[in-house]
Amino acid sequence: MQEKKNILHVEDVTMQFGGVVAVNNLSLDVYEGEIVAIIGPNGAGKTTAFNAITGVYEPTNGAIFFEGKKIIENYPKGKMKKLYAGENRGKYTHSVVKTPDKLTKLGMARTFQNIRLFKSMTVFENILIAKHLRKKSGFFSAAFHFNGKEEQRMRNETLELLKLFDLEDVKYEIATGLPYGKQRKVEIARALATNPKLLLLDEPAAGMNPQETDELAEFIRFIRKTFDITILLIEHHMNLVMDISDRIYVIDFGREIANGIPSEIQSNPRVIEAYLGGADDE
Amino acid sequence: MTTLEPKSKRKTYGAIIGILIVFGLIVLLENLHKIIPGVPDILYPTSVLFTVLKKAAVYSLVAVSMNLLNGFTGLFSLGQAGFMLLGAYTYAILMVPGDSREQVYYLYGGSAIKQSIQDLLNSVFGKDGGGGAVSLILSVIIAILIAGCIAAVFAWLIGFPVLRLKSDYLAIATLGFAEILGAVFKWQKLGKITNGANMIKNFPNFSAFNIKNSQTGETMVYLSTLVPFIVATVCIIFIVLLVNSTYGRAFKAIRDDEIAAEAMGINLSKHKRLSFVVSSFFAGISGALFAMYVSNAQAKVFTTTLTYEILLIVVIGGIGSISGSIIATFLYVSCSEWWLRFLDEETFIGTTKVPLLKNGFRMVVFSVVIMIVVLFFRKGIMGTKEIGDLHPIKALKAKKAKKSAIKAKDGAK
Repeated sequence: MQEKKNILHVEDVTMQFGGVVAVNNLSLDVYEGEIVAIIGPNGAGKTTAFNAITGVYEPTNGAIFFEGKKIIENYPKGKMKKLYAGENRGKYTHSVVKTPDKLTKLGMARTFQNIRLFKSMTVFENILIAKHLRKKSGFFSAAFHFNGKEEQRMRNETLELLKLFDLEDVKYEIATGLPYGKQRKVEIARALATNPKLLLLDEPAAGMNPQETDELAEFIRFIRKTFDITILLIEHHMNLVMDISDRIYVIDFGREIANGIPSEIQSNPRVIEAYLGGADDE
Repeated sequence: MTTLEPKSKRKTYGAIIGILIVFGLIVLLENLHKIIPGVPDILYPTSVLFTVLKKAAVYSLVAVSMNLLNGFTGLFSLGQAGFMLLGAYTYAILMVPGDSREQVYYLYGGSAIKQSIQDLLNSVFGKDGGGGAVSLILSVIIAILIAGCIAAVFAWLIGFPVLRLKSDYLAIATLGFAEILGAVFKWQKLGKITNGANMIKNFPNFSAFNIKNSQTGETMVYLSTLVPFIVATVCIIFIVLLVNSTYGRAFKAIRDDEIAAEAMGINLSKHKRLSFVVSSFFAGISGALFAMYVSNAQAKVFTTTLTYEILLIVVIGGIGSISGSIIATFLYVSCSEWWLRFLDEETFIGTTKVPLLKNGFRMVVFSVVIMIVVLFFRKGIMGTKEIGDLHPIKALKAKKAKKSAIKAKDGAK
């Protein structure tokens, strides 16, 4: 098999809050063009891991690489020096912190579990915002509207995206007034408007009915095909995950318990145990 | 606005023509008593009408600058009076003519700065006639710009610690900053520059722009009301352009949802500071205009009360609406200076005294008005709309579109 380019490499990431280790020594790899899912029961640490990857939290220990470049690294400091209960102490000695906006600039775009659209803006404006990041004009040329060409390009790109996603008829509507499924679509479109290489979806099917979920699966596949993009998602919804993902990581109590292709995961006894509860031990 | 359509060009021309008409009307209004003798008292340049117009022009700029920060970026800052103070003092210190510096700073044995910008330019362009006019206009423009820049630099500096705070905490921190500035400018040790707690005066004010007959000293053309209007208009146009640019959209995104904005690649601290600096720059300029309006600069004027007054204007006009702020400024200033003045005066109808009308009653009425606004018109006059959005045909179309959208929804069900 041809070696695929590594997009995201998470190495020994541990997140500890006080005495609680929420994510323990998590490592995962995402290769170009894949759809990778992280699943796990409630409270397994999925969202925490996601937040560590997207720069919302600083991991307590561990490193994260994007396209081979180190974007985040941290080691237990201060109070955590004594408290640290995870593994690999001393393996990491630097502290590299990037705020979410820098990560987005590098090419990682994310959506949110509870949809976060800009509430006073129309669908069009919501997506147009994402184009701000790749602007080339400076403050004064933008403020005096000397960047007409760029502005026009931003608007045209936004319009194309809206057309592609069938949102053109609602472009003047306030985004938060749309039905839930459409809002999700707008949010994904907004993330894609930043021209990312890796799209991170935080529970995209949360709050959706079965029909909307089916549409979403189709939609995610469509995105991968049209944008030639890599997708990492965390999800609760088993059907969706089994349906669309190429590989799955299962975590429980902050640890990875299995990874592999969907059929492997479905028959993995440890996964079944984690989801349905163990037979005897407790 | 979707694309840059030709319609927006027509709108721009319309706005420019409108502004020019307003300028023309103001000049005409102030000079009407010269053309037609025997006009009512209200049309004489010393009347309350022109005071109101000047003050409203000055206040509208600071209100819009505050709206940029509070309404468009969502940073609840109350430092506006502090930045106005910086602007007013900068303008005053730079513009007191060399000859009257001794007199103004007599308590401190003269000023540390010996010459004004105007003196410097006078030596280049000459003192009288056209050269004098050029040096006056140029020096005022330079001084106003420096006033804005000083305020902006301070904003940039205090932005580092202060903008880490959010909502109420930011308000308190900026309020404190404004108070500290007031105290610093009253400090005796800085007397040679700031004249301590005394006022700085004798610098060119709006009346300096009236065209006078050089022999008789009689005023030929009154331009004093036009000057604040021009400065305020230029600044507000810049703010409007900024708000409608990609940076303005980024500001609005931060206001709506910081976390989402950051995830969209908007650098929060950079954009917040940018908005803070721009807003303070214009607050500084309006401070300079304020100094010209009252013909003096005095630290005790720029109190928290001034900030609240402006906040009140912004709230009445609608947080997030520039035209709302401007309309509210003119309403507020005309009410407080003119239309509601009668509430403060004891009035007799025949021989019976009208009850309640006496000194201070105006503020009571004002408080009631504020309460009504806050309780029933929380969005202010304009909400987040601009005056251009209030197109009757457009509104009708929007209504229709809404109806059809509802129908489509029902159909889908």
